[in-house]
Amino acid sequence: MGDQLKIAVLVKRVPDSEARIKIDSGSGGIDPASVKFVVNPYDEYAVEEALALKEKAGEGEVVVISLGADSSQETLRSALAMGADRGVLLKTENAPTDPFAAAQILAAELEDGGFDLILSGKLAIDDYHHATGIIVAELLGLPGVSAASGLTVESGKGSAEREIEGGVEVVDFQLPAVVTCDKGLNEPRYPALKGIMMAKKKPLEVKDVTPADSGVEVVGLDLPPARPEGRIVGEGVDGVAPLIAALQQEAKVL
Amino acid sequence: MPFEGVDFYDMDSLLSEEERAVRDMVREWVEDNVIPIIGECYVEGRFPRELVPKMGELGFMGANLPEEYGCAGLNNVAYGLINQELERGDSGIRSFASVQGSLVMYPIFEFGTEEHRKEWLPKLASGEKIGCFGLTEPDFGSNPGGMITTARKTDDGWLINGAKMWITSGSMADVAIIWAQTGEIGDAKGIRGFVVPTDARGFTAKDQKGKLSLRASDTSELVLEDVHVSEEALMPKSGGLKSPLKCLTQARYGIAWGGLGAAMACYDEAVSYSKNRVMFDKPIGGFQLQQARLADMLTEITKGQLLALQLGRLKDAGTMTPQQVSLAKRNNVNLAAEAARETRRLLGANGILAEYQAMRHMANIESVYTYEGTHDIHTLILGQEITGISAFS
Repeated sequence: MGDQLKIAVLVKRVPDSEARIKIDSGSGGIDPASVKFVVNPYDEYAVEEALALKEKAGEGEVVVISLGADSSQETLRSALAMGADRGVLLKTENAPTDPFAAAQILAAELEDGGFDLILSGKLAIDDYHHATGIIVAELLGLPGVSAASGLTVESGKGSAEREIEGGVEVVDFQLPAVVTCDKGLNEPRYPALKGIMMAKKKPLEVKDVTPADSGVEVVGLDLPPARPEGRIVGEGVDGVAPLIAALQQEAKVL
Repeated sequence: MPFEGVDFYDMDSLLSEEERAVRDMVREWVEDNVIPIIGECYVEGRFPRELVPKMGELGFMGANLPEEYGCAGLNNVAYGLINQELERGDSGIRSFASVQGSLVMYPIFEFGTEEHRKEWLPKLASGEKIGCFGLTEPDFGSNPGGMITTARKTDDGWLINGAKMWITSGSMADVAIIWAQTGEIGDAKGIRGFVVPTDARGFTAKDQKGKLSLRASDTSELVLEDVHVSEEALMPKSGGLKSPLKCLTQARYGIAWGGLGAAMACYDEAVSYSKNRVMFDKPIGGFQLQQARLADMLTEITKGQLLALQLGRLKDAGTMTPQQVSLAKRNNVNLAAEAARETRRLLGANGILAEYQAMRHMANIESVYTYEGTHDIHTLILGQEITGISAFS
């Protein structure tokens, strides 16, 4: 491998974490009209890291790949606006919620791509599986590093830092490899206006895919129960004793 | 909660994906970079100049000018949305970008030589250089045609004398677009534009002290005393008062969007406050008087959004008239003034603090109401358009 780095980044369209989710009574899923969709924030770290690695290497290609409905083109174009070179949409209106089924489709696309590095977020904030990227590594028979908060790549080798309880773990690996990205890895750039303008001129290939039958089925979504209303136990000094009593006896935190 | 805009009529469905992407990016940038510091800048009376390089890098300045000069080449709706979002942060930030883009880069692009364009536009787009626009004079505001700043021909160039007032970015500018009378005083056709480096001998800028509005903006007075510039300083395609007015049409177009940004910021704050502030044992949003305030604000903002968007579509189609811009500037700045004042009142005593946005916007909008054609002048422009009779003379 020379200085050229060919990097694939897996990106997913997810509801904005600030959005107030409504559940669609018909489908039982999230009502898409109720929310704004964004690029999965952890995937943004992956895109930024890919762009920074390519810039450092001086040459290369960053390909962003998304599995999802046609609307995921917008997600891909957000990544293209940040600076990725081209996009691939693996299009299905029935994107699997099961990470194994998703990883199978992604791995099939990545298999013959000749990528030095495959990056993704450590998790997607819509389903919190923490799994897809690592299953892709497994399916491709590549080293897989999860939740990297630091990454260097040089001469066909990589080194990643992972934040573990009370410390940092450093792992070395051979390329090609799959690395999933954690917060702290970098600060994703804003897409410059020129980038947004250029994004529509960059190649975006749409391939129809058919997910395999999944072993897992989502049978229902429930919003968290409404929090019970607060109660004022007293005011000023007079409130101290009843507050302590409530914390001890009701909340049982003292 | 980060700012999510105000969109009661599904305006988003009228925007292209690209226009939304531009709006969202600027919105996020403002949230991260302007909102955390602007209250303090305002109190200190300081323009946050440290934001300029990033604004340039992201392409905020002259974003609707062509790519070959280092600009983003956006359409006018996207350009308008940038103004909206910047003013959501503060009128001072939007004013800076408006002046740089519409009043400095635009005239250089429109009236300057190819050399002017190549020399200045990329540096102004990147924020490496800052520009200002000198038209208004101490005694000639709404009547710029009467200006007494003169440019007199010399053997090898021009000699400029005069004073310009209320000049945004004046003290920090590297280059000034100076409008001066080359003929008899009062001859509108004799007014020409000059590209004047601010380090020219005889050029001085003085910060305007004592502002109670646009405090996070550089406002200055320029004095030109026997400023000698070369033959090439003249923008050859500028001719008559209509040239600077053409620039103002560009800037006013952006202001029509900017007003919406200030109004949306205030409405957002008012809604949030009315839901959280409890008085008489219930959120004040449950009282009819506050609900009326909020309903009026939402109504006016929604109308203003549709107005600005259609104006942008007309501008992109090349059919927009200056009178249509007058209507939008007048309407949208006025609705911003109302929204800011009503939000200030809804917030009660908290509304006078810099910690909240309303009073800052309220004070800012008083300047915006007055600059770029006062509200009253736009009324008369419309009056003339309707009746065919000028009320000016």
